[in-house]
Amino acid sequence: MSITRWSDLRRFTQARVGIGRTGNAVPTAAHLDFQEAHAAARDAVWSVLDAEALRAELGPVPVLHSEATERKTYLLRPDLGRRLREADRASLPRTGGTVIVIADGLCASGVQSQSVAMVRALDADWPVVIVQQARVAIGDDIGEAMGAEAVVVLIGERPGLSAQDSMGIYLTWQPRRGRTDAERNCISNIRPGGISTADAAAKVHWLLRGARALGATGVALKDDMTSAPLLE
Amino acid sequence: MSFRHAIGGTTYVFDDLRMLMARATPFRSGDALAGVAATSAAERVAAQRALADLPLQHFLNEAVIPYEADDVTRLIQDSHDVAAFAPIAHLTVGGFRDWLLAAEPEALPGLRRGLTPEMAAAVSKIMRISDLIAVAQKCRVVTRFRNSIGLPGTLSIRLQPNHPTDDLRGVAASTLDGLLLGAGDAVIGVNPATDNIEQVLGLLTMLDEVRSRFDIPTQSCVLCHVTTALLAMERGAPVDLVFQSIGGTQGVNESFGVTLGLLREAEDAALSLKRGTLGQDVMYFETGQGSALSAEAHHGVDQQTIEARAYGVARAYAPLLVNSVVGFIGPEYLFDGKQIIRAGLEDHFCGKLLGLPMGVDICYTNHAEADQDDMDTLLTSLAVAGVTYIMGVPGADDVMLAYQSTSFHDGLYARAALGKTPAPEFAAWLERMGIGPQGKLGEAIPASMAPALIGL
Repeated sequence: MSITRWSDLRRFTQARVGIGRTGNAVPTAAHLDFQEAHAAARDAVWSVLDAEALRAELGPVPVLHSEATERKTYLLRPDLGRRLREADRASLPRTGGTVIVIADGLCASGVQSQSVAMVRALDADWPVVIVQQARVAIGDDIGEAMGAEAVVVLIGERPGLSAQDSMGIYLTWQPRRGRTDAERNCISNIRPGGISTADAAAKVHWLLRGARALGATGVALKDDMTSAPLLE
Repeated sequence: MSFRHAIGGTTYVFDDLRMLMARATPFRSGDALAGVAATSAAERVAAQRALADLPLQHFLNEAVIPYEADDVTRLIQDSHDVAAFAPIAHLTVGGFRDWLLAAEPEALPGLRRGLTPEMAAAVSKIMRISDLIAVAQKCRVVTRFRNSIGLPGTLSIRLQPNHPTDDLRGVAASTLDGLLLGAGDAVIGVNPATDNIEQVLGLLTMLDEVRSRFDIPTQSCVLCHVTTALLAMERGAPVDLVFQSIGGTQGVNESFGVTLGLLREAEDAALSLKRGTLGQDVMYFETGQGSALSAEAHHGVDQQTIEARAYGVARAYAPLLVNSVVGFIGPEYLFDGKQIIRAGLEDHFCGKLLGLPMGVDICYTNHAEADQDDMDTLLTSLAVAGVTYIMGVPGADDVMLAYQSTSFHDGLYARAALGKTPAPEFAAWLERMGIGPQGKLGEAIPASMAPALIGL
């Protein structure tokens, strides 16, 4: 049945379509909905990763820390969030292979709720580490210290108004300090209502196969996987 | 060459132009992060005084990043037009501020190719917000593809119908919502959730079908990486505009995976499609203060000067649209509403002065100390300054990029508050479709815009 009412557009997207209008502004209820969502997002930025809860699911994996000592420093000094604390660097085993890094990023609650399911969906025998107050590039330090061939960083994405539980995955071939973002591949918006952990896992494996063949990740590795991947 | 200025018995010394520019910059977190900000208010104003006394001619003799080390410096210096510079060649930076504030609008276009981005950045550093607005208001830049953008009295809007999974019907629903609220004359431009070529092709095809079905005099764009756009064109996709994020140093562009030559190749490929009806301005660039520091490619230069250099890159091509994503890069570069507001007005001023069709993504992220009140203030200021276009996002909430930009409603507000209209071809289309220049009121969607026509 075709639709004729503006508000019916909402059935196609979670975007704030068909919210009405008073003068040139949004009506009061929609305005306050927005303010409430912004408040939730602000609070999510300051959420803290519960590493012990993750270890209860994943086993006794290492818990590491960046050089950013607390949240405000983390927000103002991304350079510190990209670097692994020196003591942690020395403590890591050289495993080689592919390494999974679970990092809080800008929203610990996003990675808290989804990283375990993601690790299980990847269904691979890869070592896992957890790292606090971390940015994406900390995977380079960790991967380098562990002698990894590739690093898969699961990281909390900056919370939006509609989602305070979104996780991203960054894939870097031959990680080492100094890699640029153009040398990574990214899968974002992994969450309920976004990309599923199963689809994300299929894409990680697909990208890793491509990276191995090409010897690189990043813009050189085109993401031209068809939308219905055939699993091996 | 070093510079010095004494205030209250203390002499402040600045080793080179790069340091002078950085110390003279109004405070922002990114310059503190880079370690180049003034360490006191007195040092900052000393630098501003020394900068004000500096002859503009000096910028032709000292580069902030060496010519040999950076292709953006080479581009800027090699394309400088001495004849266009002549009318202001005798001025200092301070004298140039006075000159700009007193200038007739007709005097500004001829100057553009004589100005380096660093000159524009320098003068902006000693300007107040009202100065940035007053001078930008005098700059007029008009570009064309399927409509005319930037004509006097107009304010255009990029319709940004993003969806977290690029769901085609979701994108179409947001597009329809925006059209009914008078948005979309700058471009219907979607940020894809991934750079997957199949998804990009799907979005390009769908947006082109929506545009054709409603016969909208506008252009569409999928804001994928330039190499993906080239691939899409190879596969025969309907590409109107080629998008790319760019920055003001060779290193930051490398971090984006682009070179000046690659941008030229993409522009040539889009031009060869000849899809424009009124003009062939086929490029769309985004920039933002802090991207170079983020890529560790800033060479100790302050972020606002590097941003102006990005406009030097943009104007080497013929862009239809250029916008700063001012509050998007994050609080480590622009910490709060005050810093975002000033930066947005600086970016608009520098871009316009250098001759670009400058829009601004008036926005903030949830880890910045900013809110809707700050955005309303920046929106109103930019609308007074004559900003070419702003973004339109359903309810100001981008559900894919997880940040807040201006809503379709905000666009209506700004146009109404200042008596602005959409691009004329688009305004006429809004009338034809029974929407009207201030958008559709009420719940019933007109039959001419029936959702069923675009598969909803």
